[in-house]
Amino acid sequence: MTSVPDLVTPTWEYAPAPESRAIATLRASYGLFIDGAFADPVDGGVRKTVNPATEEVLAEVADAGPKDVDRAVQAARRAFIEVWGPMPGRERAKYLYRVARLIQERAREFAVLETLDNGKPIRESRDVDVPLAAAHFFHHAGWADKLAHAGYGPDPRPLGVAAQVIPWNFPLLMAAWKLAPALATGNTVVLKPAETTPLSALLLAEVLQQAGLPPGVVNIVTGDGATGAALVAHPDVDKVAFTGSTEVGKAIQRQLAGTRTRLTLELGGKAANVVFDDAPLDQAVEGIVNGIFFNQGHVCCAGSRLLVQESLHDELLDRLKERLGTLRLGDPLDKNTDIGAINSAEQLQRITELAASGEAEGAQRWSPDCALPERGFWFAPTVFTGVAQSHRIAQEEIFGPVLSVLTFRTPQEAVEKANNTPYGLSAGVWTDKGSLILWMAQRLRAGVVWANTFNRFDPTSPFGGYKESGFGREGGRQGLGAYLDVEVDA
Amino acid sequence: MSERLEVRRTAKLFVGGAFPRSESGRSYEVAAADGTFLANAALASRKDVRDAVTAARKAQPGWAATTAYNRGQILYRVAELLEGRAAQFIDEVASAEGVDLDEAARLVEESVDRWVWYAGWSDKIAMVAGSSNPVAGPYFNFSVPEPTGVVAVLAPQASSLLGLVSVLAPAIVSGNTVVVVASEARPLPAVSLGEVLATSDVPGGVVNILTGHTAELAPVLASHMDVNAIDLCGAPAADVAELERLAAENVKRVVRPGRNGEPDWLAEPTPRRMLALTETKTVWHPQGL
Amino acid sequence: MTAVVPTADDFASVTALADAGASDATLRRFLHGLPGVDAVGVEARAATLATRSIKKDAKAQAIDLAIAMTDLTTLEGMDTPGKVRAMCAKARRPAADAPPVAAVCVYGDLVAEAVGALRGSDVKVAAVATAFPSGRASLAVKLADTREAVAAGAHEIDMVIDRGAFLTGRYGQVFEEIQAVKEACGPAHLKVILETGELATYDNVRRASWLALAAGADFIKTSTGKVAPAATLPVAVVMLEAVRDVARLTGQRRGVKVAGGVRTTKDAIRYLVVVNEVAGPQWLHPDRFRIGASSLLNDLLMQREKLRTGRYAGPDYFTVD
Repeated sequence: MTSVPDLVTPTWEYAPAPESRAIATLRASYGLFIDGAFADPVDGGVRKTVNPATEEVLAEVADAGPKDVDRAVQAARRAFIEVWGPMPGRERAKYLYRVARLIQERAREFAVLETLDNGKPIRESRDVDVPLAAAHFFHHAGWADKLAHAGYGPDPRPLGVAAQVIPWNFPLLMAAWKLAPALATGNTVVLKPAETTPLSALLLAEVLQQAGLPPGVVNIVTGDGATGAALVAHPDVDKVAFTGSTEVGKAIQRQLAGTRTRLTLELGGKAANVVFDDAPLDQAVEGIVNGIFFNQGHVCCAGSRLLVQESLHDELLDRLKERLGTLRLGDPLDKNTDIGAINSAEQLQRITELAASGEAEGAQRWSPDCALPERGFWFAPTVFTGVAQSHRIAQEEIFGPVLSVLTFRTPQEAVEKANNTPYGLSAGVWTDKGSLILWMAQRLRAGVVWANTFNRFDPTSPFGGYKESGFGREGGRQGLGAYLDVEVDA
Repeated sequence: MSERLEVRRTAKLFVGGAFPRSESGRSYEVAAADGTFLANAALASRKDVRDAVTAARKAQPGWAATTAYNRGQILYRVAELLEGRAAQFIDEVASAEGVDLDEAARLVEESVDRWVWYAGWSDKIAMVAGSSNPVAGPYFNFSVPEPTGVVAVLAPQASSLLGLVSVLAPAIVSGNTVVVVASEARPLPAVSLGEVLATSDVPGGVVNILTGHTAELAPVLASHMDVNAIDLCGAPAADVAELERLAAENVKRVVRPGRNGEPDWLAEPTPRRMLALTETKTVWHPQGL
Repeated sequence: MTAVVPTADDFASVTALADAGASDATLRRFLHGLPGVDAVGVEARAATLATRSIKKDAKAQAIDLAIAMTDLTTLEGMDTPGKVRAMCAKARRPAADAPPVAAVCVYGDLVAEAVGALRGSDVKVAAVATAFPSGRASLAVKLADTREAVAAGAHEIDMVIDRGAFLTGRYGQVFEEIQAVKEACGPAHLKVILETGELATYDNVRRASWLALAAGADFIKTSTGKVAPAATLPVAVVMLEAVRDVARLTGQRRGVKVAGGVRTTKDAIRYLVVVNEVAGPQWLHPDRFRIGASSLLNDLLMQREKLRTGRYAGPDYFTVD
């Protein structure tokens, strides 16, 4: 056997490849979008929104106060009664198609803005967030005039005014997930974007104006938790849709107790990514990496618990660590960046604290060599091995790039461990055996099961959780029910 | 010739396929609509609730794992048994609700037909609520409805059989198991239904029936962390808000009571109640070589 | 059957089959016990790697690396000594300050011509052999083909595997043929062409890669270039995973050659990204990675010129050899 001699290996550094930020026009300040126009808050304030990769201030945005929220709800109510409610589905559809097209036309602008405000890599905003957002509007546009055939009876009616509160992890996409079905089914909306990521929603407001959407059909009230609470509590809201933490979700469910306001919740998760020893190994490694490091782990359905069959553990970890060594962390605007910034100082603090608990409780911590930039909020991809079910890092949602690795011996044990959590949003299964995939899928108590893949989303694919991960689904025919008057007993 | 003394029934709880008394030893008087004493029914306690939930949870995986066809056959047989016992039920409904025998017969017939209607849904829910979703990529993607798990049901207070059947059957047909709190004042048809279920092929623990004070039992169920959903149909109006608040602790799925009291149980049912107690699971798999 | 990854012992026992005589059953157990490849997953990985944006210095470096890794190829029925001589002149000096290519690749009967034309340079002569491209001839004929090319001065032999035998599970035959050709190579290094387009699945590509490496291949090569599809990024991913994994087991770093369908600089750079991120930077060297191509070279030179001058180049300024 001829041995190839050890060579002087070149290092090949990929030069910086930044996407230009010029395309995203940033205003110095933004007002609230109410009744078709931007206006200063009446009884709210202003706050600064920051680029988490650099800590630079991007813009000032308004904080809606209770009077502003009231004004928004009133605008939505009037638009529902006078304009959107009576409008035939066929016409509503055409507005939504316009919005989908406009997002596609201005895709690059949206992608850059999203990356600046959120910290996620431009490759992800460009290739995932923005295209999916457009697709959600496009898919739901087509439902607007077909509701009679959607399995909700011959004439399902909208609920009226929907209050929607969305998180910071996929700001534009979450806005699309909320607005598209609500509008398609004939509701009007007051949307509250997350405190740290208002900008893409405000650009979307401009798109809605460009689409000619009648004033008041969509209102966007930026602000913090207090704004969200005021909105959810408003007496003239018919429906609340919330995506965010389980803790806040429960508070909202308590708040709406005894009212007739409908509610759907999409909350946290602690998904198990189950890898059997006959998995397609290299793709499983990709699936694990994608599962927990995509979007810096800021994903409710992240595969944050790796459940690996014990016989495969050492080999899989070796390959995983080698693969993590090729991840590129840095400037989110660089097209070659794989891992961007953590969204805020608060979130970074939480991740740091939970990771510290992992070490304190006896798990072994590992990260690839990673130079973290000086300014901004950054956390290196981290893997904990030797994790037990009882460890905090196995139970609590970290919402960051931290993977906890546990083992199992049999499929039954894998199911038991995977389901042993109050959450139930998603799960992953990796095996070459088809019957095992279906057996596992049947038993995993999770709203989404990814088999030999992970983190796939589509407007036709219903998404939502079991147990404390929430109730209700978004996407697909099943997702329409959240916005239609299909209460069990009228 | 003296009149024959009837053998009175002891109205016990139905938990785990058996008929225990309340562990509290308590009972309460059940009277007919006209005030006549009918029976002492077991007065369930919070510990009875605990045991019932345990029995329901134990039975749930097995019930959910039976084929839809099997569940449908089992439920249809229950209808056969109900039909056979119609006379008894007519008597009980008439005295509980204060309606004449003709009206009671109508309600009982409707109850049997209602049960048959739900039995026929077992192998159709997935077709109506499920889908194969045309995702934009090389993946096979399907959604299936699954039972949510253990469901607490507060049966309607007024409609002692038809209303009861209309909240119970839709819960179990998809594979949920239930803990039912019977109508407080009109529990006897529910007790008889328990007896029917015990002689049917419905496995023990799938349906558990508690009699007692709704206001006492409902909060225990609403706050129970191992109950996945709660149907508040028979909840006292003043308690609904608090029950929903308690339910939020483990994000239970809540079926709210009708705005205008009990619905018209004689109206055509819809699949909504069944579907409200299911979860949608969506599965992705690559399609490739 | 469970496919926990092979250990060094497993691999050693397979390579030691030389003495025992490789049996189809033993090889099958080993090869079918390798982890499967999910097609959608590997294609997604390749697609993500293809989004890497390589600019400026990194691009310049990549272009020069790609030139240095090129096996400049002519494999036509109408090849003549004149054609080979012209191509060799280009091979030694593609452009004023560009590096020479790694090798030229010709049919066996033109090796002597190439050797003469390349005398004094470091450019190697690779010959296709073993009844290229179909491989449909007796073993005796294939070995004679190989020996003659080596005798004429070929430094490298590019053989084809018997795809018919592989697809019918006659792994032992494929194994033994590679071993025999390796022996006939003498000092020449052996590239084994898998013809991945005919193998049809990534699982087969993985198995054929391991089979060839176990039997002694110095390089595994995607294609003859005569069948479509030829080289693709996902196939390269699978083959680079194989050499990476063999290196982990044995410490030996074998090579990969992609051939057919690599036409533009953009394509070539994508392959280099895949090499870099799947196998590792140790494979960014002509002794471990080659690109078999003909028209690619001029595109590399054009892109090189554009980086140097800032202007888009035109084909008139680059010689057709």
